Amino acid sequence: MIRFENLHKAFGDKQVLAGLTLEVQDGETMVVIGYSGTGKSVALKHIVGLLDPDAGDVLVDGRAVSTLDRDALNALRREIGYVFQFAALFDSLTVAENVALGLRRRGLDDDEIAERVTEALALVDLTGAGERYAAELSGGMRKRVGIARAIALRPRYILYDEPTTGLDPVTSAVIDRLMVRTREHLGVTGVVVTHDMRSAYTVGDRIAMLHEGRIRQVGTVAEVQETDDPVVRQFIEGRPT
Amino acid sequence: MIDRIGRRTVGLIQAVGRWGQFMADMVRALPDVTTWGRLALVQMRRVGVDSLPVALFIAAFTGVVLALQASYTFTGTVPLYFVGTLVGKTMMLELGPVLAGLALAGRVGASMAAELGTMKVTEQVDALETLAYDPQSFLVVPRVLAGTVMFPIVVALAVLVGIMTGWMTSLWLLNLSTPEFVKGLRQFYQFKDTWFGLFKSATFGFTITTVGCVVGLSTRGGAEGVGRSTTRAVVYSAVAILVLDAFWAAVLLR
Repeated sequence: MIRFENLHKAFGDKQVLAGLTLEVQDGETMVVIGYSGTGKSVALKHIVGLLDPDAGDVLVDGRAVSTLDRDALNALRREIGYVFQFAALFDSLTVAENVALGLRRRGLDDDEIAERVTEALALVDLTGAGERYAAELSGGMRKRVGIARAIALRPRYILYDEPTTGLDPVTSAVIDRLMVRTREHLGVTGVVVTHDMRSAYTVGDRIAMLHEGRIRQVGTVAEVQETDDPVVRQFIEGRPT
Repeated sequence: MIDRIGRRTVGLIQAVGRWGQFMADMVRALPDVTTWGRLALVQMRRVGVDSLPVALFIAAFTGVVLALQASYTFTGTVPLYFVGTLVGKTMMLELGPVLAGLALAGRVGASMAAELGTMKVTEQVDALETLAYDPQSFLVVPRVLAGTVMFPIVVALAVLVGIMTGWMTSLWLLNLSTPEFVKGLRQFYQFKDTWFGLFKSATFGFTITTVGCVVGLSTRGGAEGVGRSTTRAVVYSAVAILVLDAFWAAVLLR
């Protein structure tokens, strides 16, 4: 279980998170929605210790992330797959080498790495693309490789940072389908940060709206769709003020 | 005014603190040989082998000019075989390390800052961390190690080339014989000339690569930020080389 406990984070004078509290249950996919710049990605980075909170903490299976030493933090990171907004692939490596990078760190032998890479690429429909370089791929393919890199680790948790941003509707639907398939295939707990409502409705078990640094509403997809909260309604309907 | 001085002082202390933290992190990453071992070999090729053409080109012409200028200065007052002395001493002690260092600050320092800066702004460094890699082991140690080990080798070859072109210039343009040139070369030679130049080169290599890594990994703000980091890395490295050059001369040659 992932639990945000009264998380606060500021960058200079800008208070981004101001008491974020949220619980993600094992096995569910929680979608965090919110306006651009409201701190969704910042919240996600706290889960893997890429950012330190000013106050509060994130607890992953009871472990307070900000208090972990380097070894414990690396152990935690081995349980988590992270899909970055723009995939964050290593351009100098091939697709297969990108997917294998995290596996090498885990000390797996070459045969097992090759097997896992093949399996992960097959799951994202990129069989045969292993020898291509990351720089040669389209945006949608890069995102799929990013997902393959995360799922090859067979993580307990998988975090998606804006997985459909910048993609056309059809490619977005492909990524949504992949996220659902990943969850069914691996049974992972997921946190998806997005402002793409179609994606949120497709992949989410529950949706939480982050607004002004804290959770404005959290509920099932149906509950959020029927909300009376004017701020949440305006956002999900995409109405300008 | 006081406010501005205060802010600058705080900024300076913070920069020194960040530098110290960076060095401590680098030392902490040293035992992680399984991560940096293979990568260090790749970097040694990039930093060392790929830098040879530019370093040797500079050294070759420096040797020619040194010989001609020495002859111009000495004519009628100092025996001409001192051309060998001047070419040898100057290449080993000063121009070999410093000119190669300045050239490689542009080539190596800039490329490291640009590469790491791009990795930083495209979240590749964050991605490494989420894969449980230490960016210091994966990115910094191989580069700094490669710079520290390969710079003296590059400079040693550059010095040899510079002395050879100085000798050939003396033979063909100054009518100096080989025995005379060698006599001058050996006249005031001390083993210290060799190790001083190579030691200095190692510190230049360490400095250029460390600056490239620190500046690259602190990049912010997309393509513009990468451009700023690249320029900064070259300027900081060049200044550091000149300051270090004076420092080692004051400490080791007095």
